[in-house]
Amino acid sequence: MSTSSPEAPAAVSPASGRAAKKRFLHDAAEHVRDAGHRAFVRKALGGYYTNRDLQKSRYRDWEQARDAASLAKWSAVNRLDELLPKFVATFEANGGVVHWARDAEEARGIILGLLRVAKAHAVIKSKCMTSEEIHLNAALEADGYGVVESDLGEFIQQLRGEPPYHFVFPCMHVRRDEISDLFGKHLGTPPTDSPEELTMIARRHMRRLYVDADVGITGANFLVAETGQISITENEGNARLTAALPRVHIAISGIEKVIEHLDDLAVLLPMLATAGAGQPMTCYNTLYAGPRREGEADGPEEMHLVLLDNARSAILADPEQRDSLHCIRCGACLNVCPIFKNVGGFTYGTTYQGPIGSVITPHLRGLADWNHLSGASSLCGACTDACPVRIDIHHHLLHNRRNAARTAPNLWERLGHRAFVAVASRPWLFAAGGAVFRRTLGLLKALRPPLMRDWLSSRDLPSAPARSFRDQWSRR
Amino acid sequence: MIAGVPSPGRSGDARETILARVREALRTPAPLPHLKSHAAAPAPAPAHGLPQLSVLPEQAARPWLPDGGDTPSERLAILVENLGKLRALVHRVPDLAAAADLVSTLARERDWRQVAWHDHPLVGPLRSGIPCGTHEIRTGAFDKSALEACDAGITACEALVAQTGSILVSSATCGGRALSILPHVHVVVATCDQIVATLGDALHAARERYSNRLPSMLSFITGPSRTGDIERILVLGAHGPKELVVILVG
Repeated sequence: MSTSSPEAPAAVSPASGRAAKKRFLHDAAEHVRDAGHRAFVRKALGGYYTNRDLQKSRYRDWEQARDAASLAKWSAVNRLDELLPKFVATFEANGGVVHWARDAEEARGIILGLLRVAKAHAVIKSKCMTSEEIHLNAALEADGYGVVESDLGEFIQQLRGEPPYHFVFPCMHVRRDEISDLFGKHLGTPPTDSPEELTMIARRHMRRLYVDADVGITGANFLVAETGQISITENEGNARLTAALPRVHIAISGIEKVIEHLDDLAVLLPMLATAGAGQPMTCYNTLYAGPRREGEADGPEEMHLVLLDNARSAILADPEQRDSLHCIRCGACLNVCPIFKNVGGFTYGTTYQGPIGSVITPHLRGLADWNHLSGASSLCGACTDACPVRIDIHHHLLHNRRNAARTAPNLWERLGHRAFVAVASRPWLFAAGGAVFRRTLGLLKALRPPLMRDWLSSRDLPSAPARSFRDQWSRR
Repeated sequence: MIAGVPSPGRSGDARETILARVREALRTPAPLPHLKSHAAAPAPAPAHGLPQLSVLPEQAARPWLPDGGDTPSERLAILVENLGKLRALVHRVPDLAAAADLVSTLARERDWRQVAWHDHPLVGPLRSGIPCGTHEIRTGAFDKSALEACDAGITACEALVAQTGSILVSSATCGGRALSILPHVHVVVATCDQIVATLGDALHAARERYSNRLPSMLSFITGPSRTGDIERILVLGAHGPKELVVILVG
């Protein structure tokens, strides 16, 4: 894919505001012109739409099931002050150790400390977006630890030196011949155009690594307060292996992942699978309650959980957007988003792409620098309709725009609106202005003044009618 | 706290800071989500001001989620249909002797050289039928490399879920964590009375069985391991078992 590698960021680094916006506009323009890339992404998503609709039809009432899922998350997020300590108590009663991290740096420090104590030689990792958020791999590598991503898509992205393109489908933009070349270069395997053979190459490569690793790092999809378990959802079995074979298991999770009841998973797990990947259930949904128990055959000797705030408490403090913490990271809003499909995952320059990423990134990295993402929306509401936990995503994009306008108003916008109000509230001035515009529209089209150039680059001005509407109306 | 990781003081600071931020943040209540129905809506806030749901989400959602069947025969039919769609292989046999014959046939057809198993009333009797080497998973003598070399693993399960075609395994009674995920083929032996309607029922059954001291791992397995990471094309056998064989006894 011509668009994928050259300008893709090697690691998402928080660029300064103007630079982030400038790069977004540049990359978006570039991707939109790449018809081949857009067609490829659309084709990759085609099967998803069919399977999702098929699985949704098996629900006796999908819309009401969304209510239940939404309320399970709503009641947990709004009682986090009570449920977070409760979860920690039950998790520790199960023999797990909790580490609290206020921000990314603290989380990295904790994990590096755990690796030092464990005298780790080899680290195996299963897919974990929170670890992308805190740039964990770079920190581990800088400290000399070899770390292998075991999820096939993440493994491919690790070899390519790129972050995930989509937080659920990390390498959906990569063609099979590129993967074949990549494996040939790094693993010395012969070329093949069969996805199955490519998957088997990764399978064979990884098996010894699970056995030899002394530390396994995973994410967590849900933290169950009632029972002190963490729930991990995956299709490949790599997270199961990562939490079974190494001596130490470290999980990383945001504080907002707490749910109250074990039974809530009977609603959330199937809906996560259906909304996110068009499956009845993801292949493995696994609950872990501490390290190996007395009498169990295998399992780690230690289990650690890093609980990460990293600005989640700031989102919590905004009651209007608090429901964005309901997000179960299914990726449904990306899959239906016309902006995502046209500008591609890398253009966002964020850990979490698509509509939900545009909502939460300004909270994680600053509204002034990341507000432009909320502008990249058609406000069609497809994301809100797709969300299994009923996050009001497209309205939050509007809320971000409003908040940005309040905190850092744009001078030109303000002057423009003021001028419009002045004209529109004086009928004589409005009529005079209209007359001037009707006569100068052709000139504007020809001159393309700087202020209008961006707008005109993809649009055409209409031809002016000979007489105004008000004039025509009064002569009837 | 273990030496070398952030000191209790610092970690305690982080804990207190985060909890204080959370408490402060929640002083302003959030509106309810936009619901389609209010069947599951919260009751009026209690005195201490925290939102409480009038019906638990799982109970509310039961009639809305996919059907798991009301009678044993319905549940069996739905389960078998779902397992088929997931590309798991389902075999129904009258008794354990027939199950042992089936395992023997599978081993010959697929040329298994080493099969892992664990001691369980449903699994033990199948061992006699295995025409090749066997490897028993025993507590206190776990050997990762020996298990990695096995072609297949035979386990019992906690429950089978008709609604989704899932199999619930645990680290307590299904041979630990790795036996059901590391070998290339996973064979599950179960009786028909282990079939439940929904995921919620399976969780209830596990809780009743372990009286709230749950095993360190509970896993819903839904079909053989799979990936769609290459061009979103489905491939079975990513890292876990390529084949899932379910033997229903009785």
